[in-house]
Amino acid sequence: MSTLPRREIALFAGLAVLVALVFASMGAAYGTRMMVEASCYAIIGLGLTIQWGYAGLFNVGVMGFIALAAFVSLFVTYPVNGAFWDSDMPGQLGHALLAIAIGAAAVYAASQTHRLGLPKKWRTLLTLIVLAIAYLWAQSIFDPATAQVERGAGWVGGLGLPVWLGWVAGGAAAGALGWAMGRITLGLRADYMAIATLGISEIVKAFLKNADWLTRGTLTVSPIPWPVPTPQELGFVTSRAAYLSVTALLIVVIFVLLQRAWHSPWGRMMRAIRDNEVSAAAMGKDINRRRLEIFVLGNVLIGIGGAALVTFTSIFDPSAFVPLNHTFLIWVMVILGGAGNNLGTLFGVVLVYIIWTMSEPAALFLFGQIAQWGDALFDWKAPADFATRALQMRVFVIGLTITLVLRFAPNGLLPEKPVKYE
Amino acid sequence: MEAGFLASLPAQELVFFINRGLLAGLIIGSVYALGAVGVTLIFGILRFAHFAHGDMMTIGAFVALVCVALFTGGESIAGLPAAFVLMPIAMAVTALAAIGIDRGFYAPLRRAKVRPVVIVMSSIGVMLMMQGLVRLFAGTGTWQLEAGGAKTIYRLPLLGRDVILTQPQALLIGFTALAAIALHFFLTRSRMGKAMRAVSDNPDLARVSGISIDSVVRATWAIAGALAAAAGTLLALDVTLKPDLAFNIILPIFAAAIVGGIGQPYGAMAGGMLVGFTETFAVFNWSVLLRPLQPWLPDFIDIPNRIAFVPTEYKIVVPFFILIAVLIWRPTGIFKGRVVK
Repeated sequence: MSTLPRREIALFAGLAVLVALVFASMGAAYGTRMMVEASCYAIIGLGLTIQWGYAGLFNVGVMGFIALAAFVSLFVTYPVNGAFWDSDMPGQLGHALLAIAIGAAAVYAASQTHRLGLPKKWRTLLTLIVLAIAYLWAQSIFDPATAQVERGAGWVGGLGLPVWLGWVAGGAAAGALGWAMGRITLGLRADYMAIATLGISEIVKAFLKNADWLTRGTLTVSPIPWPVPTPQELGFVTSRAAYLSVTALLIVVIFVLLQRAWHSPWGRMMRAIRDNEVSAAAMGKDINRRRLEIFVLGNVLIGIGGAALVTFTSIFDPSAFVPLNHTFLIWVMVILGGAGNNLGTLFGVVLVYIIWTMSEPAALFLFGQIAQWGDALFDWKAPADFATRALQMRVFVIGLTITLVLRFAPNGLLPEKPVKYE
Repeated sequence: MEAGFLASLPAQELVFFINRGLLAGLIIGSVYALGAVGVTLIFGILRFAHFAHGDMMTIGAFVALVCVALFTGGESIAGLPAAFVLMPIAMAVTALAAIGIDRGFYAPLRRAKVRPVVIVMSSIGVMLMMQGLVRLFAGTGTWQLEAGGAKTIYRLPLLGRDVILTQPQALLIGFTALAAIALHFFLTRSRMGKAMRAVSDNPDLARVSGISIDSVVRATWAIAGALAAAAGTLLALDVTLKPDLAFNIILPIFAAAIVGGIGQPYGAMAGGMLVGFTETFAVFNWSVLLRPLQPWLPDFIDIPNRIAFVPTEYKIVVPFFILIAVLIWRPTGIFKGRVVK
């Protein structure tokens, strides 16, 4: 097709004007910060768009994968905590980990006793009993060890390795978690996967929030090392622009690879599985394995994006992960931009993120006006928490956008293009 | 634990176990059961996981709150909490709202014959909208459904100690039992109930045999909405009313519905109780029960102060693991639900 993609050009031109307006009105430092965050969301969005757009998998646990990847990246890159490593605590912690390994081995052994001729009913009972004992025993060694770490050194600290390694490790961790989730839920209805991913994301958050010995919990960790010189060294605009160039490079690489994958036989197979599972299975495709493949791949991208996002904010606060910002906002970006269309996803991410960041002052202004007019005209006193309520309005708008897009523009602004082979 | 515990009789520990273990499990299990019945009916008849169910509970509880504020000063009526007496209004309003939401958001998607998972996503959109509305109008703070007052407490003497049950808790357990019986008769005796079961079993066959799918769908939403409102109101009466009540409760409810077998209302009731009890027992401090055994045990076994399977802050892990275990070993649930794939 040699015709110019008019729709794409028009939409991206409009987006460029919008970005320029933000830079002009809010200043370069604000604008670059927004663009860096948008670029991190873009990596996450690309990960989600291959899960949903390429394969039709419904992942509502994006927040959990982001949080896990962010933590792993932090653990790998944060400077070494000498107070921890110079004491006998690593040994104790190792002892506790060994206890967990022994417990796991005992449970596994108990679960295999049917090979020795034990009836299955007794095997299950034995396994459960061994599991309970092993669990309580490992817990009784683990808890004092972690408590001692919290008392003595505060927390474990990091490994002090380079940032890129941290991001890779973060992506790998998110992918591994995705693999475990996928193994369990991919053979079942899509709804089950949604429920299970929602659950795992809350559990990851609960763990990161409460495991003080590992993550400092609510005390938060900062500053997280950057891959580029920090604002203290270069000033806000330059350092953020440097960060942006790193993430933009990542996006270009990922984008090109994904485009290639989309047009390849592999991408065609994925769409075939998505559109008609039965006929794809009849053609000899291993549906669950292929889905697992793309689910893990998508989660790796989500993890890398999440690690980049949290590294940029430079503070790791487990309570700051909320489903609204880190799951549903990304869903809106993907389905509004056009699931299955990588360009559309990038467009959706930047557009929605600009609207999202601008909506905060806009909502506050709007509600401030309402409060003033209400006071002036009807003598109505606005409640004290009116400002926080104004921000809750955005939850409503996100929900409304999801339902409206699904109903009236299910393909998004830049719909998926059917590939034609001639 | 205070030292007094050690010296006292085992009766005290036993009653403590009944209060903090059995009754607490029964109470939270009742809430889960009421929610899970709605989820499982919707899942069975409309074939999608309704994520907005938890928020329907919150909405129902807030409607009850508004009713209490409008019609009474928050005093109790005939010895019962005003919110409980006015709960039928909240149930009716929520049932209507549920039907309206279906008309506005889910029915057009069903007509467009989208994949079921798109309707699931739309229900997440609805969930966010409800959350936003509740927080916009009610703020993010906590509300009390019972204005100014201590709850009536029932004490049942047992072994020289008191088994303690507050009035809202007793109402919750009683209401759940009544609802279970009523639902049973509705599903097995009434025309509409039989039609619902038929649609749940085989929608095409039900349609060609002359059952109006639309009215079945309406009845499903009405029942689900009414039960959700009741569960929300009763839970809010027992503890407090918070706008984020819903988000923490949706996972246990789904776990209960799946454990019970999708599309199986009795299974959902049993699943709700199972999840409620497991959750409570997992965080229960078992050393209280084991302590009295200490004199008979050899010296080298020392019962620690705290033997709980799961620390309280990880409570959410429990329904999740039940869910995972069921999905791995028996995806149809204990009561053999149908919708697996």
